[in-house]
Amino acid sequence: MLQVMLWLPLAAGLLACLVARRLTGWVAAAGALGTLALAVGILIDFDSASAGVQHAVDEDWIPDLGVRYSLGVDGISIFLVLLTAVAWGAATFWSAIRMPERPKTYFLMMGIAETATLGAFLAQDLLLFVLFFDLMLIPFYFLFGSWGTEHPGRPGEGTIRPTSATIKMVIYTLVGSLLMLAGAIAAGVIAGEGTPVFSMEELRGGDALSESSQRWIFWFFAAAFLVKMPAFLVHGWMPDAYRVAPLAALAVFSAVLSKVGAYGFLRVVLPIFPDATLEFQEVLLVIALASILYGSVMAFTQTSARLVAGYSSVAQLGFITLGVFALRPDGADGAVLQMVNHGIVIVPLMLILVLLAERTGGDDITRMGGLAMRAPVLATLFLVVTMALLAMPGSANFIGEFYILNGVFQEKVVFALVASVAIAIAAYYALRLFQRAMHYRKRDDVESREIGWREGGIVGGLVACIVALAFYPGVVLERSDESVKEQLGAVSRSAPIAQSDDSHFRPQGNPE
Amino acid sequence: MSDFAAPTIDYAGLSPVIALTAGICLVLLVGLFRLPHWVAPAKTLGVLAVTAGLCIWQWGENEDLVESALRLDELGLAASLIAIFAAAVTTILAMREPAAEDAGQGAFGALLLGSVLGMVLLAQAQNLLSFFIGLELLSIPLYVMCASAIRRERSLESGLKYLVIGSVGSATLLYGFALLYGASGSTDFGEIAAALGEGGQADDTLVLIGTAMVAVGLAFKLSLAPFHQWTPDVYQGAPTPVTAFMAVATKAAAFIALARLFEVALGPLTDDWQPALAALALISIVVGNIGALGQDSLKRLLGYSGIAQAGYMLAGVVVANETGLEALVFYLAAYCLMNLAIFVVVVVRERETEHGDDISALEGIGRSRPALAWPVTIGMLALAGLPGTSGFIGKLFLIEATVEGDYTWLGVAIVIGTMVSLAYYLRVLAAVWMRPEPEPVQTPLPAIAGASPQAPATEGPRVTPSPASERPLGAGRCVLVVGAGVVCAVATVAFGVYPDPLVDWATDAGSSLSL
Repeated sequence: MLQVMLWLPLAAGLLACLVARRLTGWVAAAGALGTLALAVGILIDFDSASAGVQHAVDEDWIPDLGVRYSLGVDGISIFLVLLTAVAWGAATFWSAIRMPERPKTYFLMMGIAETATLGAFLAQDLLLFVLFFDLMLIPFYFLFGSWGTEHPGRPGEGTIRPTSATIKMVIYTLVGSLLMLAGAIAAGVIAGEGTPVFSMEELRGGDALSESSQRWIFWFFAAAFLVKMPAFLVHGWMPDAYRVAPLAALAVFSAVLSKVGAYGFLRVVLPIFPDATLEFQEVLLVIALASILYGSVMAFTQTSARLVAGYSSVAQLGFITLGVFALRPDGADGAVLQMVNHGIVIVPLMLILVLLAERTGGDDITRMGGLAMRAPVLATLFLVVTMALLAMPGSANFIGEFYILNGVFQEKVVFALVASVAIAIAAYYALRLFQRAMHYRKRDDVESREIGWREGGIVGGLVACIVALAFYPGVVLERSDESVKEQLGAVSRSAPIAQSDDSHFRPQGNPE
Repeated sequence: MSDFAAPTIDYAGLSPVIALTAGICLVLLVGLFRLPHWVAPAKTLGVLAVTAGLCIWQWGENEDLVESALRLDELGLAASLIAIFAAAVTTILAMREPAAEDAGQGAFGALLLGSVLGMVLLAQAQNLLSFFIGLELLSIPLYVMCASAIRRERSLESGLKYLVIGSVGSATLLYGFALLYGASGSTDFGEIAAALGEGGQADDTLVLIGTAMVAVGLAFKLSLAPFHQWTPDVYQGAPTPVTAFMAVATKAAAFIALARLFEVALGPLTDDWQPALAALALISIVVGNIGALGQDSLKRLLGYSGIAQAGYMLAGVVVANETGLEALVFYLAAYCLMNLAIFVVVVVRERETEHGDDISALEGIGRSRPALAWPVTIGMLALAGLPGTSGFIGKLFLIEATVEGDYTWLGVAIVIGTMVSLAYYLRVLAAVWMRPEPEPVQTPLPAIAGASPQAPATEGPRVTPSPASERPLGAGRCVLVVGAGVVCAVATVAFGVYPDPLVDWATDAGSSLSL
């Protein structure tokens, strides 16, 4: 079942290349829907009491190099897999309705991207993870570059062209990813002593790696994950790429790919390099905090709606990193929930931006206004998304941020206090986006038009997910909890050894 | 001398060499008759196929040939097979190529086979003399082939430049051999190793200077920086099919020969040559990748990228362990496939458009010519080492070898080089997929390469029209050329997804030196 789910999008993408042009989109959409159905099936089948890997597949792939084809889901990845399937389902359907030019290549690339992303979440072998992680990027290079549109840019900045923006993005992100490749190989070979071992299960605990090896390999991995998020200081590719990208592809990119970075920390870095994690915990917390503040401040100064979304992602990913590096189960639980929340919010937001662009001719929020006039349904959907984005109490985002801050508060009070400021800023930029677009006086060149029923169905479905999650966030928390503790186990275990002289560093065992 | 014993000749072991030698005569004879133009290339392909068959038949045999001047083992055969495959693709590409037509298809085929023969000998050589003979036999036909587009100044310049630089390299190498012989008193690899190991001569100045000169001589052939200056010029000037052949086949044979020479004959000196070769590898990675950044000519770009790739591959020799050698063989085979996929497209576009080998020749083919766009895309992604292609597995293999051999920093250098290289590989892909096709120039000249209706082929201004190139073309030829590119691209992806067969093959080859 797992394997079918993993390869179905790619197969559908290939099949879409073979069928008649007008069917292309629907074949791809059927593939994405099938994947979603399988993902739901796996969720139903999931045993939440177990911390280990379920639905495991483990076969030799390149025995001479010690690389195994090893897949499985645990409590952390199951919801990210589901998020991937939901995001791609929505985006693929959306694209099928709109039918981009050269649809065959487009849907093939979407299919490859989905398979690669699912692969990154499912991989249980370090090198397989790196492979899928790198592979994710390639289709987006083509999607952004070929189907992207020129953007006028900020005043004085000049036109941003898709080609140069995507090359920048790929080089930025691959710098991290390739370092990670070297780091992964080094970890496997050093730990294996003769026969390389890349199984995450066997590497867990970090006993096989000396502290000095862990230290440099940690940064190689951190580089990959932080760029992917993107975190403050390595976010340079984000503004250009976000402004030129086709929005349907950007929706999945923003919703899911950034999460692979945060997932990587939880899945790979914490368990395999525990000593280095403890050593660099505060550095990462500072980076996360800087991302939160910078992202929030930038988000409320931007006039491009795409950049508001982009910088808010920087801030949200900062929150998630903060939760992960609290190194406590509640912080990490909150991080997992927040990953799902942010993904499920950003997809409808991006799709709504498509509609706004169609009605106003661009993404400049100073040129919008009054769109709510004749479009009550669109306005309502947008409002729910906005409320979730600003983490309104009652939304799942609120719960996620609460868990994260709770975890950080018990660990490092100062960080929690500063981070909570950002929640207030989030309310400001989210509401600003909504008001500028929907309220105010309607401009003459802006057309207030209701959302079409097919688009409405897609956005409505996603909004229904947001609402459902708000009512019952436990669906995520209770499944992820066991796995999160398992992943954090190594950090807690090696704490007394690594930081015995530094007692305030040490996570306080099990809080419950 | 009374009981003169005739030497036993192992005909089976020598059969690839014999087949190639006979093939050269056969193909050369074809040129004497006025036969249809496809006969000589078909014969060349036939000879290559027979030789490949004989190599596969001899796979697994491990024995000394000709008084141990040659060593028949999987390592040599692997290099031979790569060279043969490259030669076959070159033959297909050279059909109808003005250069090959000028030289006469028979002569061109014979030169090509001569060069392959040199590669087979070089890859099997375990004696300084047979090594040198192989190297020269490989090089001399290449000098001529580079200059074979006799109506183009660039081609003549390229041939001359290659000849001069190549001779400097050979002379340096030969001097180094002389010094090694002087120090060890033997030309046989095994005896050299024994002499150097026993006599404690490893630190002898003579030996060290000899080793350095040998390394420099081979670095010229392998276009390792800082001995690379000829590469971009020669690559650009030579007829493109010849460039393709040089880029992949020469590398395969010379790298295997280098590995055998350094790891067998100079094995006792490993600690001395390792840092030197590591430095060469690092410089090549830096120079190649930075040099390629500003290139607009695809052939120059591939030339510089070849320098960087040679640096990556040298890492497999530097670490001097079995994994390194296996990684080297794997990477050579993968490199052959991905580079040829790109060169096929360059050749086709060179004939279809008037842009020659400029990057702009590829603009817009993502929309109009998917059968060309995909091979070049896959080739470039593979060169950049992205997953899903054999290039990724190759890099993985090489980096694993460097970590195992305690040269982790070289592995990191490979990775950083790869990052830089993305800038120029992606530039090409941007031209392929993200730019509209330039307005075709309507010229009444006949099509040269069975061009598609979207892109009426025109005679490039750089190529002086020759009688041969004005003949109308059969449609089949184009299918064959494009097909070769598609096959290479499919193989690149296939070995990226299911690398086991190629890894096993490389492991067989890599373990035959028993390091």
